[in-house]
Amino acid sequence: MAVVTQVLGSEWTKIKSVRSTVWTLGVALVVTVALGVLISALVNNEYDRMSVRDRLVFDPTYVSFTGMGLGQLALIVFGVLVVTNEYSTGMIRTSLAAVPQRGIFLFCKIAIAGALALAVGMVTSFLTFFAGQAVLDGHRASIGDPGVARAVVGGGLYMTLIAVFSMGVAAMLRGPMLALGILMPFFFLISNILATVSATEKIAEYLPDKAGQKVMQVVLTDDTSPYGPWGGFGIMLLWVAAALAGGYAVLKKRDA
Amino acid sequence: MAGRVPGPYREWMIELEDLSKRYGDRLAVDHLSCTIRPGVVTGFLGPNGAGKSTTMRMMLDLDSPTGGTVRIDGKHYRQLHNPLRTVGALLDAKAVHGGRSAWNHLLCLARSNGIPRSRVGEVLDLVGLTPVARKRAKGFSLGMGQRLGIAAALLGDPRILMFDEPVNGLDPEGIHWIRTLMKSLAGQGRTVFVSSHLMSEMALTADHLIVIGQGRLLADTSMADFIARNARSFVLMRSPEQERLKDVLSGAGITAVPGASGALEVSGEDAAHLGELAARHRIVLHELSPQRASLEEAFMRLTAGSVEYHARTGTGG
Repeated sequence: MAVVTQVLGSEWTKIKSVRSTVWTLGVALVVTVALGVLISALVNNEYDRMSVRDRLVFDPTYVSFTGMGLGQLALIVFGVLVVTNEYSTGMIRTSLAAVPQRGIFLFCKIAIAGALALAVGMVTSFLTFFAGQAVLDGHRASIGDPGVARAVVGGGLYMTLIAVFSMGVAAMLRGPMLALGILMPFFFLISNILATVSATEKIAEYLPDKAGQKVMQVVLTDDTSPYGPWGGFGIMLLWVAAALAGGYAVLKKRDA
Repeated sequence: MAGRVPGPYREWMIELEDLSKRYGDRLAVDHLSCTIRPGVVTGFLGPNGAGKSTTMRMMLDLDSPTGGTVRIDGKHYRQLHNPLRTVGALLDAKAVHGGRSAWNHLLCLARSNGIPRSRVGEVLDLVGLTPVARKRAKGFSLGMGQRLGIAAALLGDPRILMFDEPVNGLDPEGIHWIRTLMKSLAGQGRTVFVSSHLMSEMALTADHLIVIGQGRLLADTSMADFIARNARSFVLMRSPEQERLKDVLSGAGITAVPGASGALEVSGEDAAHLGELAARHRIVLHELSPQRASLEEAFMRLTAGSVEYHARTGTGG
């Protein structure tokens, strides 16, 4: 039997000894914060010309998180590479010979990568919030305002879950190109298209990203939503659990 | 064929029992049963596609058998505590993340099995990779990759070692080194299991042979037995008085058949005796040499019916 603490240590060594870890997580942080600041600045200039209705639902916290839409793509790449580089390099055979308990292997890997994504996600979320609010000037939200702290912590958790969801999907598909080819367009295009078209709007609310993003909103714009911030987060958690279960089932069953 | 071995003697052994692996409608490994013992180098021989790698992957629980079992030390691979400390395997030299240094690659493996960090430097030194230990494995040659794979196999100081085609990509110096290494590991009492598709390679390293073809066991024998049984030995004789020599030999009841380039081939007689016989009859000999038919030939005869991919001889068709 493999010892969990040993496998965690091994996975930590693995993740910190490849360059893709630094650049994917670095890009996620930089893109999210930079884009968040840029959009906050643009919105700040537009504020005086906004209609009363728009000003009423103005959510300075959520505005500063706008960069996450793009930054999450780097986290998807991180999640996918952490898992698929085992397969694309053939390392998986060496890894499983060292840790034949496939469940322990997969969940230690995901625990380490998930913890790293959580750390970077939290830093990113707090950084983008404070930087965004600094730019928003007179329209800013304070971390002490109702719901704001929840939204900022939620932003970090959201980024973590996007990465972990990608790891589960990658474990099912094994190939980096296939996994990225499905996840990237899904989160960047399909989910947004479904959310814009009125016929599919309701379906889109249950997609992992749309449901999960609810936790970052402070001012709820649509009262028609069937779930609150944590309800949405719960839906995202279910998606993540399903992806992990699928990834585990594939790893358990198939020859390495 | 070896049966089940009872009691403490099963330690350090690999036992395959009725092992099968099916891919679609093809049986890659076909009810294979054999025992691999400690203290000797066991060669695992078979043509390409015979099922050697599949068998080795099943031993490490990487592929699950369609039927049968593999036991190591009497246990299933998955039941081994810190498996790298019991079994070290070189399967595929390319099974390394190219972006990771040799040092870090081994450190990842060491940590997963509770092997002390100092051991990483030791095995790197042992395989001669210390100068490039901090370089990324991406830039390694095939031979360096092979050495890194061997370092990984030795990392846990295991009692059982498996090497899948270890000489691939090594230069002559490297080939000599791996042969010596395998022999010394077996000399220390360890179990050494090494696959190859080259009989000539096995003849130089293995003490015991397990030959498979199309997934079936064709032979499980000691190397010496295999040689004795399969390699025809004879004495090559050449003389300026070839006809008189032939007469003298037949006069002594010895059959000589014409061999390559006009020499005579004599089977079943010892070279010294033949030399003395010629001397007694004052026949000048230009050659008197004991010969052995190649083991490669014997191996090809053995596996002839079971080669997966036949090359067509000649140009017809």
